[in-house]
Amino acid sequence: MMTDANKKTLADLKPGDRAMVDTVGGNDALHRRLLDMGLTPGVSVLLQKTAPMGDPVEIHLRGYALTLRLDDARNIGVRL
Amino acid sequence: MSANQEREKTGMSYVFALAGNQNSGKTTLFNQLTGSNQHVGNWPGVTVEQKTGTMIHHHHGKQAHIGLPSFGSRKPDTQTLPKEYTDVKIVDLPGIYSLSPYSMEEIVSRNFIVMDKPDVVINCVDATNLERNLYLTLQLLELGRPTVVALNMMDEVRHRGDTIDLVKMEQTLGVPVVAISARKGEGLDELVRRAMELADQKIYPRRLDICDGAAHKALHAIRHLIEPQAVAAGIRPRYVATKLFEGDEPLMEQLQLTPETRHIVDEILTAMEKELGMERAAVMADTRYRYIEKLLADCVTQGADVQGSASDRIDSVLTHRVLAIPVFLLMMLMVFYITFGPLGSFLADEFSALVQAGIDLVAAALLNWGVADWVRDLLVNGVLTGVGSVLSFMPTILILFLLLSILEDSGYMARAAFLMDKPLRKIGLNGRAFIPMMMGFGCTVPAVMSARSMNTQRDRRFTIMLTPFMSCGAKVPIYALFTRAFFGGNQVLVMSALYLIGVLMAVLAGLLLKRFAFHGDASPFLMELPKYRLPTARNVLRQLWDKGSDFLRRAFTVIFLATLVVWFLQSFTFSFKPAPDVQSSMLGSIAGLIAPLFIPAGFGSIEASTAVLTGIMAKESVVSTLAVLSGVDAQSAEMLSAIRGVFPSTLSAVSFLLFILLYMPCVAAFAAMRREMESGRVAFFTVLSQTGVAWLVATAVYQVGRLLGLG
Repeated sequence: MMTDANKKTLADLKPGDRAMVDTVGGNDALHRRLLDMGLTPGVSVLLQKTAPMGDPVEIHLRGYALTLRLDDARNIGVRL
Repeated sequence: MSANQEREKTGMSYVFALAGNQNSGKTTLFNQLTGSNQHVGNWPGVTVEQKTGTMIHHHHGKQAHIGLPSFGSRKPDTQTLPKEYTDVKIVDLPGIYSLSPYSMEEIVSRNFIVMDKPDVVINCVDATNLERNLYLTLQLLELGRPTVVALNMMDEVRHRGDTIDLVKMEQTLGVPVVAISARKGEGLDELVRRAMELADQKIYPRRLDICDGAAHKALHAIRHLIEPQAVAAGIRPRYVATKLFEGDEPLMEQLQLTPETRHIVDEILTAMEKELGMERAAVMADTRYRYIEKLLADCVTQGADVQGSASDRIDSVLTHRVLAIPVFLLMMLMVFYITFGPLGSFLADEFSALVQAGIDLVAAALLNWGVADWVRDLLVNGVLTGVGSVLSFMPTILILFLLLSILEDSGYMARAAFLMDKPLRKIGLNGRAFIPMMMGFGCTVPAVMSARSMNTQRDRRFTIMLTPFMSCGAKVPIYALFTRAFFGGNQVLVMSALYLIGVLMAVLAGLLLKRFAFHGDASPFLMELPKYRLPTARNVLRQLWDKGSDFLRRAFTVIFLATLVVWFLQSFTFSFKPAPDVQSSMLGSIAGLIAPLFIPAGFGSIEASTAVLTGIMAKESVVSTLAVLSGVDAQSAEMLSAIRGVFPSTLSAVSFLLFILLYMPCVAAFAAMRREMESGRVAFFTVLSQTGVAWLVATAVYQVGRLLGLG
């Protein structure tokens, strides 16, 4: 499942932005890992912060904190 | 051994599996339930660590004072359990978030529960983080074994003012739910009692209907379709159907489904995907999470979030945009300073002195008793020196792991990985590789051992391959001697250059390994950032004990044997007569044989080659070997001119230094590498290529230097 170019992904969010997950892509393993960690369509996520060097990012969802790389975050389409 | 075989062997005994997320406090619970009766091994066929232990009973121990209603009005049994039940084996499954087939840890866990059929599955759940933790719970329930859910960290839940309706949760999930605090040892009696009850009465969880609509229809259809195959394979049809729903390839192969069946399953799912507009794995994950959301809405009442905000405040400093890196570097510097600085050196030296005093005492006693010279030499210079060299690593290892386990347990280690991920990713590693790399500047042995915190074998091996390029502390005296002899006035510059060259070589090796050896399957860096918690002394000491005893047990044999071999080689000639000096010993002869190999690198003398060989034993030996072979005292002024005699030019000295910097680490490090890489072959290949690289670099520098007229 590809997200088209002009759609927003998790990687486009700024610290403090809250968004709703729309689509979850990635290859088999990554796709399943993202889903398992709770990044399912419809879930609300908060981009808490980016690491001092700009990557990875820390997001809050389902009552816990998760860190992932921008490369992987680009597989998650979001709606603001 | 399967749970069934285990049962047959031991008569009336049970096997409990302990399952849960990482950071759920599972290890603490395991330690509480088993005390010191633990055994660490590997799962058969794979290199995932398996911990098993024998359960100690809590009926006479600390009682539960958790202040929360326990389900059912039954009072805890005051009488002791029947004697034959005292033997409960607990198998600690790896910390996992799901039962998908994409990691070894998850496959091992589900295979154990499905195939070995443990009597009870104890699911350790972080009650402060229920939504994600219960995701695994739902999957464990699909497996159909008697299950008890242990809601851990209930003290924290209570502290922040939340309440969880255990009765309602128990009724909804259909399995016992027990409130515990593994850190405080609360609620464990009740947990054990409920688990025993499940085992005695063989109470299986009822089927949970978590899905609705199109998903439900699809699941139902698949279940009917594959029921015969599932029953034939002895696996619960419900579980099989769910896994096929998620597109689980390993299970399809295990059941040997016909192409037709696979096709029908696919048709059913494709139709469902069309109807729901969502891909199949997403549908299942979404279904589970929606079920959990509803469950939590029914069972949890939230209070003011006291603990959480404290954790957030700590984090706003520790991962602050500007402060994070300085704070991190300061922390790492502190760990390094305490481990290898005055305190660490003091303890290490005192301990070594103590060991040496012991050896001297034995040596004197042997002399007194008139034991034959060669026996005394074997015992003192072979056996005891070997034992001493193993023991001398202990203080360093214990201090380092004391500090590292405090960082790990407090939750800071995950943040360190978060901070350092970006630079390390460039060479194919992730943030967690920073600690082993930095420790490598102190001592390669604990550095290699600290790589165990990395999640996959690929990452561990990759990191360990690069760690020896960080110039270890034992090489400093070599550099110091050579810079004094050849670069008077430029010591700092030369030393810094050597360290930098080591790091650059690691980066280069990393890039090459990423390109040619470890491409592809890097596991995604998807990591939970746990709440900050105060480490408990109990857990920290436990880890210290595990590391220390593990090091002694594993490293002893290799280092010990190596010491004996070297003693033998330098004490005897090839005709097995005592060697009058090192030159005429077997070691000297071997050095003479390999010396020509180093002529292209500019240090083809027997002295240099012998030093290279003894350096494999310990880098500390390089200087003393050169001193002994030159017939001077290592601390004396003549040492400098002796060294200048062995190395005819500055260029050859530089070449030798580069070789010492880059070639294989000592046997103690090799023993640690072999253990942590889980393969003697890979470890051997690693040190062999390091030696090859060292030779190439030394030779290239020497030859180019000569062409430039520097020789």
